[in-house]
Amino acid sequence: MDIVKAENLVFEYIRRDEEGNPTDVTTALDHVNIDVRQGEFIGILGHNGSGKSTFAKHLNAILYPTEGTVYVGGMNTMDDDKLWDVRSCAGMVFQNPDNQIIGQVVEEDVGFGPENLGVPTKEIWERVEESLRAVGMLEYRKKSPNKLSGGQKQRVSIAGVLAMHPKCIVLDEPTAMLDPSGRKEVVRAIRGLNDVEKMTVILITHYMDEVVHADRIFVMDKGKVVMQGTPREIFADVPTLEKLRLDVPGPTRIAWELKKKGLPLPDGILTAEELVKEIKKCR
Amino acid sequence: MIRDITIGQYYQTDSPIHRLDPRVKLLGTLLFIITLFLYKNPAGYAAGAVFLLAVIKLSRVPLRFITKGLKGILIVLLLTVIINLFLTPGTALISFWKFTITYEGVGVALTMLFRLTMLIMGSSIVTLTTTPNNLTDGLEKGLRFLKIFRVPVGDVAMMMSIALRFIPILMEETDRIMKAQLARGADFESGNIVKKAKALVPVLVPLFVSAFRRAGDLAMAMEARCYRGGDGRTKMKPLIYKKRDAIAYIILFSFVIFSVWIGRWQVINDFFNSLYLRYIIK
Repeated sequence: MDIVKAENLVFEYIRRDEEGNPTDVTTALDHVNIDVRQGEFIGILGHNGSGKSTFAKHLNAILYPTEGTVYVGGMNTMDDDKLWDVRSCAGMVFQNPDNQIIGQVVEEDVGFGPENLGVPTKEIWERVEESLRAVGMLEYRKKSPNKLSGGQKQRVSIAGVLAMHPKCIVLDEPTAMLDPSGRKEVVRAIRGLNDVEKMTVILITHYMDEVVHADRIFVMDKGKVVMQGTPREIFADVPTLEKLRLDVPGPTRIAWELKKKGLPLPDGILTAEELVKEIKKCR
Repeated sequence: MIRDITIGQYYQTDSPIHRLDPRVKLLGTLLFIITLFLYKNPAGYAAGAVFLLAVIKLSRVPLRFITKGLKGILIVLLLTVIINLFLTPGTALISFWKFTITYEGVGVALTMLFRLTMLIMGSSIVTLTTTPNNLTDGLEKGLRFLKIFRVPVGDVAMMMSIALRFIPILMEETDRIMKAQLARGADFESGNIVKKAKALVPVLVPLFVSAFRRAGDLAMAMEARCYRGGDGRTKMKPLIYKKRDAIAYIILFSFVIFSVWIGRWQVINDFFNSLYLRYIIK
């Protein structure tokens, strides 16, 4: 069964004047069809204003579709009775780590979600421990979030979502405000979740190198899904990616340039190791 | 400069007072303050002072930390003492020029001095020995009865704890905005008060804008984590009374009964009155 399914999803931001008459309509999502199966690692790529964050907010019933439907765990997000079930099914991690940490101690923040769900005290402690261990933050459990680095804060946010035992995690540009080393640790934590815990992950980002290991990638532009496929398929088409103003990962780009100059390399090389191997084969 | 402000100062150490349930401490402070207004003779105040000093000793908070809290109200304290000293009518003790100090004035001034000092010291003990979080939890649970009057106790407690969490973040932000304005040639130091206040406007406006943005983001993040008001939530760290809290309650109530009894005991009142009368008659 699909854990997330968006069918012909349309969303319009409607600006209204003082009398409430619509003055300006911006279509943020334009007939988007995306489906995610249990256990997949999905990357959603797009430049600023491509509608990728708007899409993310639909998965958590923060925004509702203007047209079309979104199913999360088989539930329609428009169904008011299921609102909290939808939200506990698809956990959400946002961009700014400071604005999503509620607790004054790391472990209390991770416990916030389970507290809201009415989980018994003893189980909260177990969930907090396992979630912090899953993101490698267990040793910081007694620290104040204000004393952590950006990457660590974001890992705490991920743990906070994990502790709610969601069926899938949606990460809305979790690395956009982090430095390179923070980005690396967060991406490693996310990959670990998918590999080890078999958690369904939807990673929304504009850094292409973060989704090299994804199962499937959707590329969005101006509210539409313009490309979809495996990373290899997507990264094979460098000219289109450049037209969409996306940064192609270094090794892919070098391989593409070399190929253009006549080196017989295969399409869609993703990592440096792969590139080295293929170049060696050419000799 | 801005970092010197600490709200709900907490002195970190381990002591029997620190480990008490916050509800015990809150009720204790309330009762202690009430008793201060029930005493009618110095013996009561002496009992209160002994109790207070014993608690301070037990809490392992250095005395200077507690007296620091008094500095803030030093002016209020002095003013109260001086006004009471000069303006209480009664038998003259000393008089010079237009001012007269009366026996009664000295009595009232001393009473006020002791009352206020002990009041401040007593209440700062609570914040010094309780983490802000614990304090909020204690308030939430202790004031739960207000729910009958439809007061959203849980939500208010949540607001308090979020406010406390954001104090350091907003401080940092203020610092950053001030530095940014300084780099653009803003001047926060010179000029009179009006000018200085005006110079702060370019700091406050962006600060408020960003605070509102943060609040919006935070609300969204809380909703995404299924926060739906105070009802139906469970607690990760629920407050549960332990044996030591029962003991503390017993000590507290015995102190209240004993000190009020001694503070209002007729025999002692008579004794002080007779002392006072004899001194004046002489």
